[in-house]
Amino acid sequence: MKFGVIRFPGSCDEVDALLACERFGDAELLWHGDRELKGADVVVVPGGFSYGDYLRAGAIARFSPVMEAVSEFAAGGGLVFGICNGFQVLCEAGLLPGALLPNEELRFICRQMDVVVENADTPFTRTCARGERLSIPMKHMSGRYYAPGEQLDAMEANGQVVLRYAPGGPHNGSARDIAGVTNEAGNVMGLMPHPEHAVDPLTGSTDGGKLFESLAREAAAVAA
Amino acid sequence: MNAGTVPAPHRELGLTDSEYELICDRIGRVPNGVELAMFSLMWSEHCGYKHSRQLLKTLPTEGKAVVMGPGENAGAVDVGDGLVVAFKVESHNHPSAVEPFQGAATGVGGILRDVFAIGARPIAILDSLRFGELDSPRSQFLLDRVVGGIAHYGNSIGVATVGGEIAFEAPYEHNCLVNAMCLGIGPRDKLIRSAAAGIGNVIVLFGALTGRDGIGGASVLASAELGEGDAAKRPSVQIGDPFEEKRLLECSLELLDGGLLRSLQDLGAAGLTSSASEMASKGEVGIDIDVARVPLREPGMEPFEIMVSESQERMLCVVEPDRLQAVLDVCAKWEVRATAIGEVTDTRHMRIFSGDEVVGDIPVEALVDDCPVYTLEPEAPSEPIYPRPPARVEPPVDGEELLLELLRSPTVASKRWAYEQYDTLVGSRTVRRAGAADAAVLQLAPDGGRGAIATAIDGNGRRVAIDPYTGTVENVLECARNLACVGAEPLGLTNCLNFGNPEKPHIAWQLTESVRGLGDACRALGVPVVGGNVSLYNEGSEGPIYPTPIVGMVGWLPDPERVPSSAFVEEGHEIALIGPYRPSFAGSETEKLTGGLADGLPPLDLEEQGRALGVIRDAAREGLVASAHDISEGGLGVTLAESCMGGGLGARVELPHTGFAPLVFGEGAGGVVVSGTGAAMAELERRLGAESFFRLGVVGGDRLEIVKADLTQAGEAALAASGAPEEVAQAFRNRLPDSVPAASLSIPVADLTVAFESGIPAKFS
Repeated sequence: MKFGVIRFPGSCDEVDALLACERFGDAELLWHGDRELKGADVVVVPGGFSYGDYLRAGAIARFSPVMEAVSEFAAGGGLVFGICNGFQVLCEAGLLPGALLPNEELRFICRQMDVVVENADTPFTRTCARGERLSIPMKHMSGRYYAPGEQLDAMEANGQVVLRYAPGGPHNGSARDIAGVTNEAGNVMGLMPHPEHAVDPLTGSTDGGKLFESLAREAAAVAA
Repeated sequence: MNAGTVPAPHRELGLTDSEYELICDRIGRVPNGVELAMFSLMWSEHCGYKHSRQLLKTLPTEGKAVVMGPGENAGAVDVGDGLVVAFKVESHNHPSAVEPFQGAATGVGGILRDVFAIGARPIAILDSLRFGELDSPRSQFLLDRVVGGIAHYGNSIGVATVGGEIAFEAPYEHNCLVNAMCLGIGPRDKLIRSAAAGIGNVIVLFGALTGRDGIGGASVLASAELGEGDAAKRPSVQIGDPFEEKRLLECSLELLDGGLLRSLQDLGAAGLTSSASEMASKGEVGIDIDVARVPLREPGMEPFEIMVSESQERMLCVVEPDRLQAVLDVCAKWEVRATAIGEVTDTRHMRIFSGDEVVGDIPVEALVDDCPVYTLEPEAPSEPIYPRPPARVEPPVDGEELLLELLRSPTVASKRWAYEQYDTLVGSRTVRRAGAADAAVLQLAPDGGRGAIATAIDGNGRRVAIDPYTGTVENVLECARNLACVGAEPLGLTNCLNFGNPEKPHIAWQLTESVRGLGDACRALGVPVVGGNVSLYNEGSEGPIYPTPIVGMVGWLPDPERVPSSAFVEEGHEIALIGPYRPSFAGSETEKLTGGLADGLPPLDLEEQGRALGVIRDAAREGLVASAHDISEGGLGVTLAESCMGGGLGARVELPHTGFAPLVFGEGAGGVVVSGTGAAMAELERRLGAESFFRLGVVGGDRLEIVKADLTQAGEAALAASGAPEEVAQAFRNRLPDSVPAASLSIPVADLTVAFESGIPAKFS
């Protein structure tokens, strides 16, 4: 199977994501100006500051030509995984519900965190168990997840809240401590913490690898 | 020749009358406005090093790993497998004092450009910051905005900020220090130099538009004392755009990867003037520049403004004509503006055109090499330069309360508030991040395959103020010790010399003594100086800053998996103090808290220190010790507390009656606290000999207990030999306030942590 990792001007974690994906499958960078996904089975929209996060985090990147292809791919059921800035881009593109607001303290926070798996029955978390804690670092300026209360209720009922910050929280002010959500169909996910920075024991944790492994298995199963 | 509007006369540009006469003499006529503006910058302290050049020549620069030394945009050392690490530290003190957020941000931007200008991809940033005491609202404001500015730029461009240090002392109240260091990594065979080459080749300016920001920054801000009316200098501070720089970085590296450039140089202080003339000087050629072709941010800029603008995020390169289109294509791909603005000539003149009209014509040599060099007139001060700090603890002090007070003092306290605002992870190299070890450890390839590099940045202005020579030697030793604690051998050193006005004899003396100490320490340890920066005139109406040399080192280690922690790891491990450690109260944090400021530091034996560093390094490298943490600000008590807090483990240690208080609360060079299995400690003792090894106690429990014990005579003698010999006591212990406690301590680790985390509040009002 093959991961495609998008590179926008201002992406910062795209090479980290590429290295993480390469541990579980083939992986290739996709250029923001191209309208094709080079046969990727899973598209990763990486972290960073696409277009400097000017205007609003993710607001400009969503207009990139490659995002047209990503929207079509997602509409056809393709697996799309947005991390941090990628989550923000996917919200701006309307592929995920809700929005990401500046952290409550208006400061960037970089910290190793525990997140709890709320739904292990998704293509992103199938190698995890419900209730399992994963140690994955967060690092962001705008990670306060927001959606109206009724929408949050509906998302929870539909299993779309996939990962939550463990009690003690990140103090970014995220609604209901939400760290990661999927769309209604369950094939597009956004996550604020960075699983690509949790795949090498030397740099802290390998728990993030479970998400990439889940995706690789899912894609391989679909192909088979 | 018509130069447009004539700028202010030479004195307002910072040139002396004799310098002006020298310029007239050198070019055989009166310079026009463009030329005068260019001279004023190139002959400023910031660009011309006119008060420091002679001293810097005395530093050792040769070493087996050195690939590029001083004079290039950054130094570079070989780390094996065809890779080099490039690094440099630079100051942005005055811009940060005037506008802290942008001043600090553009300081980071500038040092990043220095590193990618030689073809290395920036992988890490470290910062060394100095402010006035944190109870001053101005210091709180500066700290908040400087840390915010560093975070903004470093995080946005995707380079990990992996380490640094922050200290608070009254002499920095009106003149904060912001020194930023960057490390980059690149293939040795793709490195590029800045010397212009190839007559007829094209000069291409790429990156941001040129505006009126930062005009005269190098001369007006960086080379003069701060004073009243600095707000009016705010327009001389540049505004940073990390997104522009991110594209510039990727674009530059792709251009170099494709072999499309002959030479490359970033635009920093003095903008086009400095970059172009340095390139011409190094290449022994001339350069023609047409300012009419420079893309401008605002209309109506005068030629001199274009030549001296310090607008950020710009680079200058030399391109062979048949490769110009390929260069422009790569720039277009990255949405980076690129314009051919001139060419390399054989005239050895910098000629500035505005369309067809010549608006400036200066021999390159006059601009770059003929900057006058001043001989310092050092004179040791007859009276103390600095007032004693106000006492913050009133005697008599309880020992436990003193240790908590030390942990709370902002210089010693946890810097979590700051480093959690930095992305420490991007790049997937960070094996040890800030707060987890004495030096940051960055793996060269995933899973540690090619080994790792370690890096640290250190300075201790108060100790250098007390004794410029010994303080600076200690400074180099501390940085080397930080590297040794993670098992790394230093390959090279970069430094930033932050001092007051060198025209004053006592400042000249500080600078001279400090550089002598730097040179001696580097020679003794075999560490070459591969680059650096000088920041002078750091004084305001309240007097000079503490003399603050900042040193940054880079070292290599074979196996990142074995890197010890700075925290205790396992209950039952034995704890030892190793190294030639002879603490005294002179220059210690305890002395400061009790309102003292010594007038000298105990001398050091560099050879002995170097030997011990080797043993510590090997022990860390082999994985013999589970933890290693060097003793620095606050002394042994603070070091033990930090190792306890980091691991969430207590410890019980025993110290002898003789010299108990200076051992717990004194400071000095050379000491490291290690822990490990009993067998490992025995092996370490065998290697070090009884004189540099003292068994302290055991890891365990939930309290830090430092017990005054009746040790055996042999034990007491050993620690007295490595700890506090009588001659040191004679010279320095008499300054010990009678009230400094000498009773056993026992504090819950949880209480230590509360104190440690409270020193820098999470929120400022």
